[in-house]
Amino acid sequence: MAMASFLGLDPLNSLIILPALFAFIVGFLPQLLRLSEVQVRIISRWLALGFSLLLTWLALDVFLAYQADGPSFQLVVKAEWFRLLNASWHLGVDGISVTMVLLTGILTPLAILISWEVEDRASMHLALILFFQTGLMGVFIAMDLMIFFLFYELSLVPMYFIIDQWGGPNRKYAATKFMIYSVGGTLGMLLATQLIGLTGGTYEIQKLVQIWPSFTGDGGVFLGISHSTVKALTFIGFFLAFCIKIPVWPFHTWLPDAHGEAPTAGSMLLAGVMLKLGAFGFIRLVIPLFPDVWISEVNLLGFVTNYAGIFAFLAVLGIVLGAFAAWAQNDIKRLVAYSSVNHMGFVAIGLAVLALVYSQAWQEGSAAQLEHAIHAANGTVLQMFNHGLSSAGMFLLAGAIYHKTHTRDLREYGGFWVKAPIYGGIFIFTSMASLGLPGLNGFVSEFLIVRGAWPVYTWLTVLAMVGLLFTGAYILKGIRAVLHGPFNLRWRDTQLEIEWREALAIAPLLILMLFTGLWPNWLLPTINSSIIQYLGG
Amino acid sequence: MTIAEILADPNLLPWFIPVAPLLAFFVIVLLSNKAKLVSATSAGYGGHHPDYEGTQVPVVKHWSRVVSVWIGLIAAVISLILAGSVVLQALDQDQFGIHVFADQIAWMDSGTEPFMMGVLVDPLTAVMLIMVPIAVLMIFIYSVGYMAHDPRQARFFALISLFAAAMLTLVVADNLLLLFVGWEVMGLCSYMLIGFWYEKKSAYEAAIKAFMTTRVADVVMLLGIVYLYAITGTLSFRSILYDASVLQLLESTPAIIFGSWGVSAAGLIGVFLIIGTVGKSAQFPLHTWLPDAMEGPTPVSAMIHAAAMVSAGIYAIIRLFPLLSAGGDAHHGHYPLPLVFLVVVGGFTALFAATIAVAQNDVKRVLAYSTISQLGFMAAALGIGAYISAAFHLIMHAFFKALLFMASGAVIHGMEHGAHHVHSHDHSEEEHEAEQGHAFDPQDMLNMGGLRKTMPVTFVTFLIGGLSLAGFPLITAGFWSKDEILADAWYGLSHGYAGHIFVFVMLVLAAFLTAFYTMRQLGLTFMGEARTEEARHANLGQGLVSFTMTLPLIILAFFAILAGYVGVHPDFPLLGSIFSAEYNPFFRFVGATLLEVPEKLKFDTIPVLFSFGIALGGIGLGWLLYWRKPLAAQQEDPLIGILGLQLHTLLKNKYYIDEWYRWLFLRPAHWVAHVVTDRFLDRTLIDGILHGIARVFVWLGDLMKVLNTWLIDGVGDGIPEGIAHSGRWLRRIQTGRVQQYLLFVVAAAILVGAVVAVTMASGS
Repeated sequence: MAMASFLGLDPLNSLIILPALFAFIVGFLPQLLRLSEVQVRIISRWLALGFSLLLTWLALDVFLAYQADGPSFQLVVKAEWFRLLNASWHLGVDGISVTMVLLTGILTPLAILISWEVEDRASMHLALILFFQTGLMGVFIAMDLMIFFLFYELSLVPMYFIIDQWGGPNRKYAATKFMIYSVGGTLGMLLATQLIGLTGGTYEIQKLVQIWPSFTGDGGVFLGISHSTVKALTFIGFFLAFCIKIPVWPFHTWLPDAHGEAPTAGSMLLAGVMLKLGAFGFIRLVIPLFPDVWISEVNLLGFVTNYAGIFAFLAVLGIVLGAFAAWAQNDIKRLVAYSSVNHMGFVAIGLAVLALVYSQAWQEGSAAQLEHAIHAANGTVLQMFNHGLSSAGMFLLAGAIYHKTHTRDLREYGGFWVKAPIYGGIFIFTSMASLGLPGLNGFVSEFLIVRGAWPVYTWLTVLAMVGLLFTGAYILKGIRAVLHGPFNLRWRDTQLEIEWREALAIAPLLILMLFTGLWPNWLLPTINSSIIQYLGG
Repeated sequence: MTIAEILADPNLLPWFIPVAPLLAFFVIVLLSNKAKLVSATSAGYGGHHPDYEGTQVPVVKHWSRVVSVWIGLIAAVISLILAGSVVLQALDQDQFGIHVFADQIAWMDSGTEPFMMGVLVDPLTAVMLIMVPIAVLMIFIYSVGYMAHDPRQARFFALISLFAAAMLTLVVADNLLLLFVGWEVMGLCSYMLIGFWYEKKSAYEAAIKAFMTTRVADVVMLLGIVYLYAITGTLSFRSILYDASVLQLLESTPAIIFGSWGVSAAGLIGVFLIIGTVGKSAQFPLHTWLPDAMEGPTPVSAMIHAAAMVSAGIYAIIRLFPLLSAGGDAHHGHYPLPLVFLVVVGGFTALFAATIAVAQNDVKRVLAYSTISQLGFMAAALGIGAYISAAFHLIMHAFFKALLFMASGAVIHGMEHGAHHVHSHDHSEEEHEAEQGHAFDPQDMLNMGGLRKTMPVTFVTFLIGGLSLAGFPLITAGFWSKDEILADAWYGLSHGYAGHIFVFVMLVLAAFLTAFYTMRQLGLTFMGEARTEEARHANLGQGLVSFTMTLPLIILAFFAILAGYVGVHPDFPLLGSIFSAEYNPFFRFVGATLLEVPEKLKFDTIPVLFSFGIALGGIGLGWLLYWRKPLAAQQEDPLIGILGLQLHTLLKNKYYIDEWYRWLFLRPAHWVAHVVTDRFLDRTLIDGILHGIARVFVWLGDLMKVLNTWLIDGVGDGIPEGIAHSGRWLRRIQTGRVQQYLLFVVAAAILVGAVVAVTMASGS
């Protein structure tokens, strides 16, 4: 905290302001010094790395300052901000957001280390990565809906440029698709945000979750429309925005394109952190704001269910079809991208369980399935963290091999283990973490999610197992195509072994994957206490 | 707590049994596995690998090879010593079934009660702690010689160390979750080791097949674990299996699915967990991976087939037996659903796999199918409630099957040696292959014959292992354990219990075939005259390789004979009074694991006579066909004449099950992935809709443009001129230079920040 207090800021404000400030310095300072291009590149790299490590330290500081047995929101900052709208500058962390803050803090310096390979306008690239962090941190620690929305949108901008300017051959299409899809999704969210703020007279999330669920308008009518329609429309506004971000099937097709074309660092942060914004939005907003909508009956062609049920169904489709689609890819980055659809499907079904049980508890005062929801939600948050580690690791490794061979086509690889034994070992280790091998991190979270989902959505969980099976299929396909088989002599004179810088960047991920798998309790109590409070336990 | 105190405490000691090989894995991987680059065509990189013209390939350095091998061996010895120390203390412990060694820590805080992780040594664990470390150490010693010329021996030792660590973790686990961790890590190790010679297509395909086939079962098993956890709130063995009220709860709760069909939660969980075993222990219909797993180096086969992996599957169901039999009493003919499942699967698999083994010509494949068949024996035994007999056969089988695999590995090594000899003397390799029309297969028994002359130690030990597998009466371990199972089945048969009758019939037939195909294998391999030039020169040579590969065979041969005497029925004529003067030691020790010690069966001569008859009958038939008149070169297998070509072909091709699976599962899955999901759903349907929407908006935009043009033309130039001006100005901003974009973004952010700062200042 020394750094933050030196600037006279508290840690949460620093998490937002410092990355932007650092981005400004990295982006413009070296160029003002009238140095050669190479010098600019070198200075901005080291500067960015140093800054991002400071931010890691800050994130770690916040994580350690958070007390699992303390009040639900801690390190709270509150100041008047936008009086006209009744929006305030209100920040705070609970066990869920502090986990995400830590994840962001860990991944950013690794992404910067990987960005060493970017030579073209390196300082801008690095500045955008740092600036991206402002958006992410802002979302995670916002306690005001307006602030949340602001940073949610802000995080799109740097990622758009990272893909659009430094991406692969088809980057324009991918970046546009990413941007239009995301902005399109948030349009409804913007309207819904306005509407909720207007009726509640405040943008305080903690107050809104008290007011809005029981809001019925003026005798059941609001702005001349029945309140249930208003509710449903605002719900869908948020729901779509976050579904696109997670992404939940069938809103996922931007992801393989964006990942396929994004530079390695972009993919690492996109999969590692940005997708979590969607899941986080569900936890922070959609579930507590709309308990009445989640459990309202929906009749789909004679099949009666509720929104939570529909969401769970889409989640499982994501798990199963994500795995199948990943298995069908011949492009290594698209394969890894689809693995995110598959893994985030588990996050989504955990959220569905949480949504259902939270809503039942809201309606009836208590819920029979509370225990299941606690496990599912713990698993969900942990899965968000774990997927951040493993997907960033996988993209790092995919990027490493792409950087050396300049092809992403799996069929052009083969037998690389001969020439790159260390890379091969790391690749298998990371793949196994992604596959959810017991003993590594992914298993703990998937186990908890399945544990929570099984009694609630039993048949859907059975179906999800098909996805889990094919997770194995695409992971092994990746290993097989890259490492196994006779060595493709085309790469005889290519240096394929992992570079020191890449190994350094992935090492923290490997250690965390193993450590979390062996000792999940370094993190779980933090999440668990917040989830229990969240569910009113 | 000091190290000495920890070592003295049998409750804490089990934690450290898997640690030594686990550390060995990490030390070898991170520190001692160092390679040097050599030309790919050099001798150090020959053998199993294709030649890469002009490339440099890594071969483990000599010091690295030596150090890594020693690290692995020392770790195995440490595990053996620790396990031995625990077992010795266990034997001293009074009423060990009740006063077990256990320790727990809070591992995962989810919900109000933390998940407890711990270790447990009870009698069942204790017998596994005798078998596993011994078999592991033997396999490690054997690998010193077997892999001595492999360019990646250090990696090999790292992986088998991890394999051993996983198995030992599974054995000492006190809960189902930790068991599952060991279970799956073993799955990974088997995948890595089956595909160890990963450049070979057959090897990596077999590896993927093994992993995926067992994964089919594992995802179902995961559901079982999860369901058990959901109902009981714990996964600890002692809290579930040794608590009658918990079992009662499980048995009386209708299952969450199929509950309306009368399935209880215990029944559903039991079936789910057994499906895990069906995969891991290669029972029908998930058996197909095990024979293909022969693609790995032979020590791996021994590891998978004896010490670890497949034994783990049976161990798990033995461990879970109280849950599987909840609400029933197999001893009195009441089989709950999981036991029925075991009876059917185990009984069927035992015979089914034995029929396939009869017609195989690959020396290791015969053994592979015999493993499947023998595991079926154990599963069926458990299904009829013969808990102790199943455990007994598990241990005995591990010893003689480890022996058989390593002996067959010695045979293969000898044949390769012979082939090398032939090639270096007679012709160049290409000429030789051209002559034969195909590459020489050192594993094909038809290429062997007469090996007893050049490989006498291998012959004798193979013979001992084979007779034990065949259940040669009185002097082999396999006889005693198989006899126990048949005695149990006979007991139920004499009471008219359907499950017992089925098991008895299937196992008797399977045991007969077992004895027969074992004699066939021995006869084809060792008897008569060499059928090829390679077989004539087959031997292990001299020195370290020969020594390290022979020593484990001799040690295990002792176990394959003597180990069975710990479980002789006290009333067995003569031998009973020698080896079980007061009680049956194995029965007494392991029986104490259960809450209720199983009823002792009275000694019955009929099943013993059956055991005698089928073993001797099968051996006799094999002797008639393959020993009396050994197969000569180019002669047809006499079995084809007896079975008829059609039946023989069917058996030889394993009932074409792999082909069926390819059509039924693999191709449809491929089609769903490529055509339905990727091409149709994602690329055509979803993206089609998205592009459609995009097109509509582009069209709308164009329409606006056209409208605007009309307006401009119609209304005049005043306003449009202004718009054009601002447009030009805006265009200057859109330079496409990111620096400027970013500048605007940052400027906007600063503006926001300034607003914040001002409002904050004015607010406070």
